[in-house]
Amino acid sequence: MMRKILFEGLVRSPLTEAPPESADAALAELAKKVDRAAHRRLGRSLSIREVDAGSCNGCELEIHALNNAFYDLERFGFRFVASPRHADVLLVTGPVTKNMREALQRTHNATPDPKWVVAVGDCAVDGGLFAGSYAVAGGVSDVVPVDLHIRGCPPSPIQLLAGLLALLEPSATA
Amino acid sequence: MPGLIDTLPGARRVEAHRPWPRVVVGEEGWQFTARQLVDGQATLLGLWGEAGAVHMAILAAPTNEIAVVTCECPGGEFPSVSALHPPAMRLERAIASLYGLQPIGLPDTRPWLDHGCWDVTHPLGERGAGPSERMPYAFLLAEGDGLHQIPVGPVHAGIIEPGHFRFTANGETVVRLEQRLGYVHKGIESLMAGATLEKAAQLAGRTSGDSTVAYALAFAHAVEAALEVTVPPRAIYLRALMAELERLANHFGDIGAICNDASFSLMHAQCSILRERVLRAANSCFGHRLMMDRIVPGGVADGIFLHGSADIQMLLAEIRRIFPALIELYDNTASLQDRTVTTGIVQPSLVRQFGAGGYVGRASGRAFDARRAPGYAPYDQLTFDVPVFEGGDVNARVWVRIREVEQSLSLIDQIVDRLPDGPMRTGIDMAGAKGEGLGLVEAFRGDVLAWVRIDGGHIARCHLRDASWFQWPLLEAAIEGNIVADFPLCNKSFNCSYSGHDL
Repeated sequence: MMRKILFEGLVRSPLTEAPPESADAALAELAKKVDRAAHRRLGRSLSIREVDAGSCNGCELEIHALNNAFYDLERFGFRFVASPRHADVLLVTGPVTKNMREALQRTHNATPDPKWVVAVGDCAVDGGLFAGSYAVAGGVSDVVPVDLHIRGCPPSPIQLLAGLLALLEPSATA
Repeated sequence: MPGLIDTLPGARRVEAHRPWPRVVVGEEGWQFTARQLVDGQATLLGLWGEAGAVHMAILAAPTNEIAVVTCECPGGEFPSVSALHPPAMRLERAIASLYGLQPIGLPDTRPWLDHGCWDVTHPLGERGAGPSERMPYAFLLAEGDGLHQIPVGPVHAGIIEPGHFRFTANGETVVRLEQRLGYVHKGIESLMAGATLEKAAQLAGRTSGDSTVAYALAFAHAVEAALEVTVPPRAIYLRALMAELERLANHFGDIGAICNDASFSLMHAQCSILRERVLRAANSCFGHRLMMDRIVPGGVADGIFLHGSADIQMLLAEIRRIFPALIELYDNTASLQDRTVTTGIVQPSLVRQFGAGGYVGRASGRAFDARRAPGYAPYDQLTFDVPVFEGGDVNARVWVRIREVEQSLSLIDQIVDRLPDGPMRTGIDMAGAKGEGLGLVEAFRGDVLAWVRIDGGHIARCHLRDASWFQWPLLEAAIEGNIVADFPLCNKSFNCSYSGHDL
């Protein structure tokens, strides 16, 4: 059975989606913030550490989907890693809860420079629907510096891809 | 509930609580109810507070009837339920954190959701200024030669939610696991208080993103019960269609992820494809991949399901073409079975005591499914089985999901066949609206309870209880005596919600 499924995978055309254009808004936001030296250091292969700082887990579902056969994030040189010590990019979701603020700061401190922080989802911008709660510290940029926001509730995998690809763009032209 | 409520000493019935009754009792009646839980005459469905009172929702054992029992506590104290019935423990610790009400006799008084990081104490009760004292969390002891501790989290190694696990192990074998949760506590109940109906529905739909349809449905049921709103038949069927699509997507994700945690990535890749196909069909029919905000009190959102069911039928055909081979692959791969069979066993007695729902309960012989009993439309008009297994291990929790996928496919067939025409929504006039309502809905991981009080045209109070409250503690029991390396497998087979639990 396993051999049959693997063989079918060889003869069937791939499911992979064509890469989306880098999101214009993301390029504009990055152009203002990211220094080119860091781009040259990190190149086109980026290790991502995902940090849920208080999300409803909707964003996590769509970030997971980036690994499926349709979006296949690794073909672009991105890879999810288990430790912030190995990461170039922190992908942070959620309004940052007060109970997670310290853990997010520590994760950020544990990530070697140069590093980028990408805030994912509407809540990560300013707390979203949860803004104003006694338990919420605010958006991600209220706790750690953010280089790029990818909006959406949750952003679709294509929107996530378009945002992440913008991280590679300046290094390609540098 | 004739049997139980009538026998409660000193019970006073509250008007306008629907569809099930609410009674106010004194301490004697409260403790009487707790003893019913101990004796197995009733199952705890929920336990929550408000300023000056605590509420307990129970399910009577033989009849599956539901009631809410309220104990007023003007002195800020009430008799602890968990002193008699341990499944109430974390719920009472959360009540103490959020409301400042003291459960007298509570065996474990460590704060639960309050980590000492908020600027207030008891944010939902009589607020105290300044954060509570930040003390190291005293994990339970495990003593003996050669024991070592492994702290994990709150930031975990995968793309998952945050929580802390403290393992005590003897070599490879786990002697004790203790969880510490509350990291993603967002204060949803405080945001609900005073919210408009629209904002409250959005909040409910973001309590646990993977169950957004189920939460929106439970919240809608509670509001519709409170205000006696009749939902049009077409909306009822479309709601069930979304709920079953959500179940399919999550079960595919889980089956693949469990196999992936046993390093069998082929199943993961194949199941991820099926999950993605479900989300794409959901997007084309309902305009959102996770179907957020598509269920609203009174019916369903406007502008959905305009193109009919062609995409759904293509989806079903594709799943039926692929999935049987994957079941066979799961069943016939000895190296995979070696990891899942007899791993992480939960005893049926624990599942009954905790009233654990979903695949955790049904893999250990507890047949409860809220779609069947108490039941809600349109499931009373549809034919389906509730698959139950006895093994209680990771393998049984996989098989419950596999069989539920098959049931959901059949349910979607029936829903699409019978989908009535007509309006999508009944308007709700909130001006001066008043009432209390309870909803109990079967999400993919188990029953979700929603309780609302509407007063003066807005949400006065809303409590949402995730199935995970009664599943997380059983994970601590399931891992005992297993090897540390099997924890991801056990954890994924439970797939409890952090956000749904932490609120």
